[in-house]
Amino acid sequence: MALTGLQIYKLLPKTNCKECGFPTCLAFAMKLAAKQVELAACPYVSEEAKAALAAAAAPPIRLVTVGSGQRKIQVGNETVLFRHEKTFYHEPGLLVRLRDSQPLEEIEETAIQVDGYSVERVGLELTLNGIAFENASGEVDAYVKGVEAIRAKTDLPLILMAKDPKVMAAALERADGANPLIYAATKDNWSDMAELAGRHKCPLAVYEPDGLSALASLVEQVKGAGVEDIVLDPGTRGFSDSLIVLTQIRRLALKKNFRLLGYPIITFPGEGRGSVKQEAILADQHIAKYAGLIVLDHFDPAAIYPLLTLRLNIYTDPQKPIQVAPGIYEITGPDEKSPLLTTTNFSLTYFTVAGEVEASGVPSWLLIVDTEGLSVLTAWAAGKFDAEKIAKSVQTSGIADKIAHRKLVIPGFVATIMGDLEDELPGWEILVGPREAIGLPAYLKAWG
Amino acid sequence: MPVTLEIPTEKWNGSVREVTLGATAAEGGTRAKTVTVGGETALPFLHFEGEMPHPPAIAIEIQDHYPEDWSPLLLEAWGDVVHNPAAWAKAAEEEDADLIMLRLRGVDEEGKETTPEEAAQTVEGVLQATGLPLIVRGPGQAERDNELLVAVAEAAKGERIALGLCEDKNYRTIVAAALAHDQLIISSTPMDVNLSKQLVILITDLGMPLERILTDPTTGALGYGIEYGYSVMERLRIAAFQGDKMTQQPLICFVGEESWRQKESKVNEGVPPSWGDWVERSINWEAMTATTLIHAGADIVTPRHPETVKIVKGFIERLYEPSPA
Repeated sequence: MALTGLQIYKLLPKTNCKECGFPTCLAFAMKLAAKQVELAACPYVSEEAKAALAAAAAPPIRLVTVGSGQRKIQVGNETVLFRHEKTFYHEPGLLVRLRDSQPLEEIEETAIQVDGYSVERVGLELTLNGIAFENASGEVDAYVKGVEAIRAKTDLPLILMAKDPKVMAAALERADGANPLIYAATKDNWSDMAELAGRHKCPLAVYEPDGLSALASLVEQVKGAGVEDIVLDPGTRGFSDSLIVLTQIRRLALKKNFRLLGYPIITFPGEGRGSVKQEAILADQHIAKYAGLIVLDHFDPAAIYPLLTLRLNIYTDPQKPIQVAPGIYEITGPDEKSPLLTTTNFSLTYFTVAGEVEASGVPSWLLIVDTEGLSVLTAWAAGKFDAEKIAKSVQTSGIADKIAHRKLVIPGFVATIMGDLEDELPGWEILVGPREAIGLPAYLKAWG
Repeated sequence: MPVTLEIPTEKWNGSVREVTLGATAAEGGTRAKTVTVGGETALPFLHFEGEMPHPPAIAIEIQDHYPEDWSPLLLEAWGDVVHNPAAWAKAAEEEDADLIMLRLRGVDEEGKETTPEEAAQTVEGVLQATGLPLIVRGPGQAERDNELLVAVAEAAKGERIALGLCEDKNYRTIVAAALAHDQLIISSTPMDVNLSKQLVILITDLGMPLERILTDPTTGALGYGIEYGYSVMERLRIAAFQGDKMTQQPLICFVGEESWRQKESKVNEGVPPSWGDWVERSINWEAMTATTLIHAGADIVTPRHPETVKIVKGFIERLYEPSPA
């Protein structure tokens, strides 16, 4: 956590020598706190002060990378407890667990499905982030074969799950350069696992279900063995304990700058759950409340699609409404007779409307009004999608040169502005479209 | 070498106000039980630093006439009762609802406008069919809402039903009717902390006690603006704990209406295979909309599908399980 100017001042020589270019050490400290100068500008700063300032500059929750190449995931480095305080930065990875007790063909088939899963939303491709592979058989051969089979099918990030360091060592030999997460160091095997993490330069999960104090102790030992990229598993598997413990870890990291728990957290929402739906609503909690890696036990698109959607929603930056550029959009090649519809530039609104117009098969013009990223009703209530604004967009967009008719379809939710809009746009006929985008295909097919 | 650590806890000054729906015979009504919501002194389910004395309540949504615009999955799940609000209310009670939310459509299947007398009769029928407390919402057009809800408030005198929605452009008539007949109201504003506070102030200015106001923050559904509703609710809740009196009302979230009007739930034609099974997806969509908003502070949620009710009930129960300190 960043130090204040006064805290930094205490670490400086306090000689006011001015060699840094500032009149006093305090002035220099203030500039340091504001990150406007480098500490190196002080020629007399002590080694202890350097170390203290470097440690303070590190993020309170470490950014950890799992996997390599384009599909690697980075989790952690969060700075707030509530997204409205700033934003959540690094979406938690969603992975699917496979076990070496499953038939090899099944492992390969699921690996291919996870690898290829993709769903489009608001112009973005949402995907899964990897595979966790567990040594359930207890045997080395089956596990190593499975790791090789998975790696042959996908370059997605891997979590290698084995209790026995010998099994882990053999698997890591087959995963060179893949930067898998090693799961997990426990109080019984931490020394060997830390050694493996060091040798292969891989991140290491630390599992300790016996309370946060015991977890922090184990992290301290693992850190002492030289491991820096750590992921925490506090062992909570239920709805109540997960929420409470993950909240406590996040608070300790952010509010107390408690370094030993300043790492991303891994969760297993499927463990002990009776159904895919139960797993999905616990994974939902983990997305909203503080997980960094979420390992699912089911590959079920009916649950994965809503989970990926929730992750996108929760990790959307609340400071910036997602917008598309205002202006004219051509959907499936409209001509001068094609319908003209208008809506707002909130990207969700745009993509929902554009998607339905496209699905209708009726080529159309879409006039997007600049509502500063607000949706139809919110923009209307805020006076950013009223008759005057829409009329101005129509007049400045040049749409009149592209179409032969003078008909404009407005969203059903703002039907009340129809009269005003006809006054603002003499010669135009204003038509009231459906309230929801889902009604557009039927509406457009009936459009003369 | 044990590491000592001190868990940071929040010491709040304020709490969420308790609001009780329904009245038993002893209280001048005919309900078999009352339902109290609110009363939290900490963020949802953080039992180590505060109380959550009343679990979030589930109000199953029913409608006064056949909801022809509903997803076929819902119509199939409920069967014939969707033609008869009293039978539907009874079926909803059997599905383990805490409350019934009756939505007046404003028109019947043939498109004929519901009269105030008919609305009053429907409410009386529903009250006879179920012992659960009732929430009644109008069709959502100012004039029609006023017309119908005034009659409903009178017909349900003494029952402490919640009437809605009171919006900034239309709240006086509904509030007056609720005051005259000792009912509760729902204040509703579009996803904004200050607008929400403002409307509660205006409504209390008319003499409505805070103990009879539920707040609808407007939430959106999963994938359709839920992040705005989620954050507005977290902000309202934190403001409540910080002692801001006009943000301390229990929050009601219309999760069924929000999630079932989305394409993901409504249709199964022409959707990509990556959306998964229609039935499972739709129920997940509604359940996750509900549970996400409960994590943000919802005190009442209004699902439409019976299976969602089971999932959300189980979820709430598990959040009360004891856990390590």
